[in-house]
Amino acid sequence: MHDATGRIGDIWGPRTPHGRDTIWPVRVDQELADGVSEDEVERWVQSACVLCSNGCACDIAVKDGRMVGVRGRAVDRINHGRLGPKGLYGSWQWSGKDRLTTPLIREDGQLVETDWDTAMSRIVTESKRRQPLAHGFYTSGQLFLEEYYTLAVIGKAGLGTPHMDGNTRLCTATAAAALKETFGSDGQPGSYNDIEACDAIFLFGHNMAATQTVLWSRVLDRIEGADPPVVVAVDPRSTPVAETAERTGGVHLEPLPGTNQALMNGLLHELIEHGWVDREYVDAHTLGYDELAATVAAYGPERVAEICGLPAADIRRTAEIFGTSGRVLSTVLQGFYQSHQATAASCQVNNLHLLRGLIGKPGCGILQMNGQPTAENTRECGADGDLPGFRNWANPAHIDELARLWNVDSLVIPHWAPPTHAMQLWRYVEQGSIDFLWISATNPAVSLPELSRIRDLLSRDELFLVVQDGFLTETAQYADVVLPAAMWGEKQGTFTNASRTVHLSDQAVEPPGEARSDLDIFLDYARRMDFRDRDGRPLIGWSTPEEAFEAWKECSRGRPCDYSGLSYERLRGGSGIPWPCTEKAPEGVDRLYSDSEFPTDPEQCEDYGHDLLTGGSTSPDKYKASSPGGRAFLKAAEYSEPGEWISADYPLLGTSGRSPYHFHTRTKTGRSRRLNEAAPEVWVEVAEADAARLGVADGDLVRVESARGAVKGKARIGSGREGVVFVPFHYGYWDRAGQAPDGQPTAANEFTLTEWDPVSKQPLFKVSAVRVSKEE
Amino acid sequence: MHLASYLGLLRDSEASLAKGFQLVGAHHGDEPDVERLCEVLGDQAAAHVRALDPVVQRYGEHEDSEPARLQAAEFSGTREGGVGLLRDLQDLYSLASFVDITWTVVNQAAQALRDRELLEVISSCQQETGRQLSWLQTRIKQAAPQALIAAD
Repeated sequence: MHDATGRIGDIWGPRTPHGRDTIWPVRVDQELADGVSEDEVERWVQSACVLCSNGCACDIAVKDGRMVGVRGRAVDRINHGRLGPKGLYGSWQWSGKDRLTTPLIREDGQLVETDWDTAMSRIVTESKRRQPLAHGFYTSGQLFLEEYYTLAVIGKAGLGTPHMDGNTRLCTATAAAALKETFGSDGQPGSYNDIEACDAIFLFGHNMAATQTVLWSRVLDRIEGADPPVVVAVDPRSTPVAETAERTGGVHLEPLPGTNQALMNGLLHELIEHGWVDREYVDAHTLGYDELAATVAAYGPERVAEICGLPAADIRRTAEIFGTSGRVLSTVLQGFYQSHQATAASCQVNNLHLLRGLIGKPGCGILQMNGQPTAENTRECGADGDLPGFRNWANPAHIDELARLWNVDSLVIPHWAPPTHAMQLWRYVEQGSIDFLWISATNPAVSLPELSRIRDLLSRDELFLVVQDGFLTETAQYADVVLPAAMWGEKQGTFTNASRTVHLSDQAVEPPGEARSDLDIFLDYARRMDFRDRDGRPLIGWSTPEEAFEAWKECSRGRPCDYSGLSYERLRGGSGIPWPCTEKAPEGVDRLYSDSEFPTDPEQCEDYGHDLLTGGSTSPDKYKASSPGGRAFLKAAEYSEPGEWISADYPLLGTSGRSPYHFHTRTKTGRSRRLNEAAPEVWVEVAEADAARLGVADGDLVRVESARGAVKGKARIGSGREGVVFVPFHYGYWDRAGQAPDGQPTAANEFTLTEWDPVSKQPLFKVSAVRVSKEE
Repeated sequence: MHLASYLGLLRDSEASLAKGFQLVGAHHGDEPDVERLCEVLGDQAAAHVRALDPVVQRYGEHEDSEPARLQAAEFSGTREGGVGLLRDLQDLYSLASFVDITWTVVNQAAQALRDRELLEVISSCQQETGRQLSWLQTRIKQAAPQALIAAD
């Protein structure tokens, strides 16, 4: 057993090096509360960590009815026993602190304690007064599958509102969109096992060392072993990933924010130019090669170098590594997803793999990553602007399937247009056409772009706002009704990580006070609203997590995300299991598309696709006419200039991102003493040359300001490319001023802009024109 | 031969459409996607005008004998609110549809004339017009229920 003490200083823990095609060794990490020894632990309860999208399996230590520790599960395929700093020091340590223990209701402008019946009655009264389209639901990437599915059925078959999305729109929408555009349906092609088998790893806008620390330790263990892979990092910041790229003989590319699509076209251009293309594979399994080749023809290395601000030689070398390595693994995250032309650029990663036929084979994975632990389930269950089971809103047969499953009229299910995306949902709130908003397990008052606008929206008198959370967050302080929710370890459910692996999280302890699970809260609302099916029976026929899971299995049956072979029983005791899991494949499927048969058939696909430039939908007829027949789409797009760009007033580009020690708005990690001490306050990363010009020294208080708002923080010098300023997005106000800055703005989203990708609708957190000045 | 008149009509219609996109984009700044895409698509339409210039010159600026009946429609002005946005997008859709069918008309003539240069211009431009229509339709479909049913 490895003593986890010191994972603050050594984020990835000690190395367990191994060679290519050998199994990643086990290293069990454990952390117990001060004063608790291992033999005092009464029970270990199976779960998985919810502090990033990696989904490390763990057991929760319980003593005297309290969570007192955590230990990585050695048998699990995801982490082989490991946990990162957040898992070790932030998984349960928040549990005794500042929790909401009773419902709150607003009276005379103040939130006061009340009972469940009063709170729920108020919600139901307000809900019944309104028509379906006046309701909006903004949920999370933090709940369990059973909760999302229940919420989705309430919204789609109970109320019949299209206005439901998750904060997953901010983290994972582009992953889903890029997979749908290329392969016809969502579904992660690759496996984490590809790390063991690959010869090169490309990280596109993915600072894995900070965002998925255990996954990065898996990469480091390959790098320290025999036959290490070459690493390529695409990131305007100088990160541990970037340093590793240089150390392994790879390349660190630092494109200007907003220019990813030009870079990707440049790499594709080189692949085609040098003949690093498997024509036989392309002809048999893809559509659109000629158009792709014609589009990228104009993106020679010199032109791309000029657009992206990169040496042309680095572009050539990067393409050569991709073009000539035997097995290539690519991962993609927010540097692409939250940037200009997000879906287009992420599709080009898929294209690189398709051109070489590097998919569905060991070491040849694509990992379009997620930001949050349960984001995958929001997507699958349809709580996020998709339909349950990756069904296609534009395919009447898919709507009929849902109508039969739920025994409702298909006209009840909103499918006249794609479900409303979060940014549009907030716009309807702004316009007043949505005036009933129910927020669960997320904190938009810190996490959405352009916070002064969001605070105005949350303050609207006409808005009836329900917030369901474990803590009185910045957002909860605006609510009319606050519902106290049970959190991780206090309730039961399943969730699925970024590589399709499903874990069961059992209940370890009772929730505090009167807090209830999110599932119980949603079920209570459904009962009180008296939602019924066509035969007059209750619409929602389940009352426990396991019953909800069984209902979901039926919904997923026959779809790409097939859970029908799974059960709570099967998920207990061993490793998590990757879907699709069916009678035919009871152990699940490690990597998708090993037969290069893609779910693009018009009757199977989740989406008919979009124009990557505009987001205009491809019509069903046009899609069918392309006769995809199981072939993948090589979608092409020209580079276009970002809408917001530097000017004389705002000469720098501001981007935001994560610290390895915090998750989201620090509601959990900020209440962990060790994590809080490791990263107590916001900082501003300024490149050396910019700092010199501005007269800013390390530790100086600086102000980062855009046309929309400003943040103040201490400067850290030297770790970004010139012209780029980085601010971590974790630092809201709950532990300082309360719900708003009060003269000390620390949330990066004070300066970000309200703009989104035309296809995935993911906001552009990575391209804000800003200026930096020294605070006197 | 009336092709010259039709080329003039096409060019003027693209210019109207470009202007329309610019006006709608600038007016609906509170809808960031509309603002941004109208700017991009307006630039496309303006580029079509430039692409047509040499062709129009080649076939000669032709004063039609029936000028009133071959005049391009103009964008009639922007409106407020959710329904206003819907109507503005619908006006753009009408203009873009007119542009689209005019490209088709010119395409037929260009084929009969075996004018390869003109055919190439048509092929790339009309494809973009199709993308404009597809975006407009997508956005209109999304906006319609909320504007017509839920908004005050």
